[in-house]
Amino acid sequence: MNIHAAADIPTSPADYSAIAPELAMLGTGLVLLLMIALKRFKNDSWYAAIAAFGTLFSAGWAIALWNAVESGEVGDDHVRFAFSGMVVADGFGAFLSVLICLAVLLGILLSDVYLRHENAGKAEYYILLLFSAAGMQFMVISNNLVMMFISLELLSVCLYILSAWHRDRSDSQEAGLKYLLLGAFSSAFLLYGIAFLYGATGTTNLVGFEQYFAENVLFSSGMVLLGMVLVVVGLCFKVAAVPFHMWAPDVYQGAPMPVVAFMAAGAKVAGFAGLWRVLEVGLSAYELDWQPLLWAIAAITMLVGSVLAIVQTDVKRMMAYSSIAHAGFILTGLVAANEEGVRGALFYLVAYTIMVMGAFAVISLVARRGEQDTSLEDYRGLSRREPLLAGILAFLLFAMAGIPGTSGFVAKFAVFGGLAGAERWVLIVVGTLASVLSAFFYLRLVVYMFMEGLPLEAKTPTLSRLPVPGVSAVVLAVTVFFTLQLGVLPEGLLDIAGRATLFAG
Amino acid sequence: MGDYLGIVVMAVLALSFVGVSLGVSALLAPKRPTPEKLDAYECGIVSDQESVERFPVQFYLVAMIFIAFDVEIIFLYPWAVRMRALELFGFFEMALFVVVLLIAYAYILREGVLDWAPKRTLDRETLMQGFRVEADRAKAALSEQDRGRKSEAA
Repeated sequence: MNIHAAADIPTSPADYSAIAPELAMLGTGLVLLLMIALKRFKNDSWYAAIAAFGTLFSAGWAIALWNAVESGEVGDDHVRFAFSGMVVADGFGAFLSVLICLAVLLGILLSDVYLRHENAGKAEYYILLLFSAAGMQFMVISNNLVMMFISLELLSVCLYILSAWHRDRSDSQEAGLKYLLLGAFSSAFLLYGIAFLYGATGTTNLVGFEQYFAENVLFSSGMVLLGMVLVVVGLCFKVAAVPFHMWAPDVYQGAPMPVVAFMAAGAKVAGFAGLWRVLEVGLSAYELDWQPLLWAIAAITMLVGSVLAIVQTDVKRMMAYSSIAHAGFILTGLVAANEEGVRGALFYLVAYTIMVMGAFAVISLVARRGEQDTSLEDYRGLSRREPLLAGILAFLLFAMAGIPGTSGFVAKFAVFGGLAGAERWVLIVVGTLASVLSAFFYLRLVVYMFMEGLPLEAKTPTLSRLPVPGVSAVVLAVTVFFTLQLGVLPEGLLDIAGRATLFAG
Repeated sequence: MGDYLGIVVMAVLALSFVGVSLGVSALLAPKRPTPEKLDAYECGIVSDQESVERFPVQFYLVAMIFIAFDVEIIFLYPWAVRMRALELFGFFEMALFVVVLLIAYAYILREGVLDWAPKRTLDRETLMQGFRVEADRAKAALSEQDRGRKSEAA
């Protein structure tokens, strides 16, 4: 054996520009780690500012990558594989990468207020947030099941810790532990599924799957189907789709508010991207098998999420079920399996990220210190005390319910348009029914805020005006503006989302 | 859809087996409960103390650090064997990996994960307090001596 043989080991050319957004995210996290080690800022907001700056940097790289992919400078058919096909640079990945940066940015702003408010601040929080975001970004560009699994773990492990961040609230600890145990359980499903798919095809590369199924005819596809189902279970857990949603209400109720907002948006984006890449790219040959499966999951997710939200008396828990219902609407975009459907789902993800961030900004302000006031009763007569905050929350809830003139309406319209194209009429009926049901509990909160008087109990004297920090005001302004803008003039984003679905595979 | 008929039949069979066996045992089995029977079943001898013991969290942290550096060795060793074949590219990739680990190492050092002894820091306030206590004690001793001498003289 000649140890010193000249380069006989094939090393793939390192195409760092394909993973530049992720590197920026991870690099910022490492810089923060080093800053804590070397020199401590007295004020945690400095760390928040650096994290936000790094996120902007990452978003800049993602946009540059989008432009490069769009102009066709790189690769063939607007797609470029990098690191031996581990990751792929395409419009879909770049689009969602930018969306994740937006979620992180709003999340950082919310966190800064929250952590100072709750006195739970430590700079490590932002590091975990950034690493989790890097995991999400890696997930949306991964073209290999192993890569997908590692990025899923990176994002999940950081979220487990963040859920348990609030040390003084036992709810938060409980949320972290529950999420960890159930998350580990679902990871095992995913890994088992990956093993079966590898056993059936001899590769973990998603494009490799496609080629394998194009070139070979299987006598029995039992192993592929088993692997496919297990992978779908693992990924549906992350997007909190029924029947894998059990963790969501407890975790959403217990975890710190900014983490919940970030998790609701980011983990959904990552999980959706994972499902899209596995099913529509890797297993497109088995479309007839996974479509009914996803059809059923989407239908019961929309219905169960909407129905169970009605009986909740805690607003955070209600938002958890609402997020489950939204996951169902997003999944219908995959069921349609056509360009409009995926375009609608991408638009939906953007609209949902913005709405949920704004809603949690208000809920966090109303809850006050220690997240005490989160029950429906605490919203009674909010419009008398805080007309502006109540108005903003009402607008965002209208958007979530899908009232015309808001981004939520356009989003639902777009995914249903995809379903109509695929002639999935029953699912459209189910979805419409679910969205009517969900309008009930959104409007109930609005009724509590606007049409009910102030509580008569002795609580009244303690209810002073809610202080609204400047950072929260910025988040509210941004979210309200974009929710309105995407509701009135959605063409721009719909067009971009449409171009993001161009993926030759 | 016909392909999945077997699964449906299996699911129905499984559910009906559960239902039938639970139902039959509920209907036919005699019920004579005693406290021992109602107790949760556990193997072995009844334990006379908490099985979960508390131990310092530092052991856990050290175990984590051990894993991190263990994994580093796993990566470093094959690279060291084939270093020349991997050329500069391999060298820089490895350097990147080691630098990332070093940053984490600097962080844990600074966070005091490796400081096992309880912290002994002397700030000005405690120091002055200590001096004051010492001074009081010395004064008391002196006055004691004085009193002793006086009583001797008397």
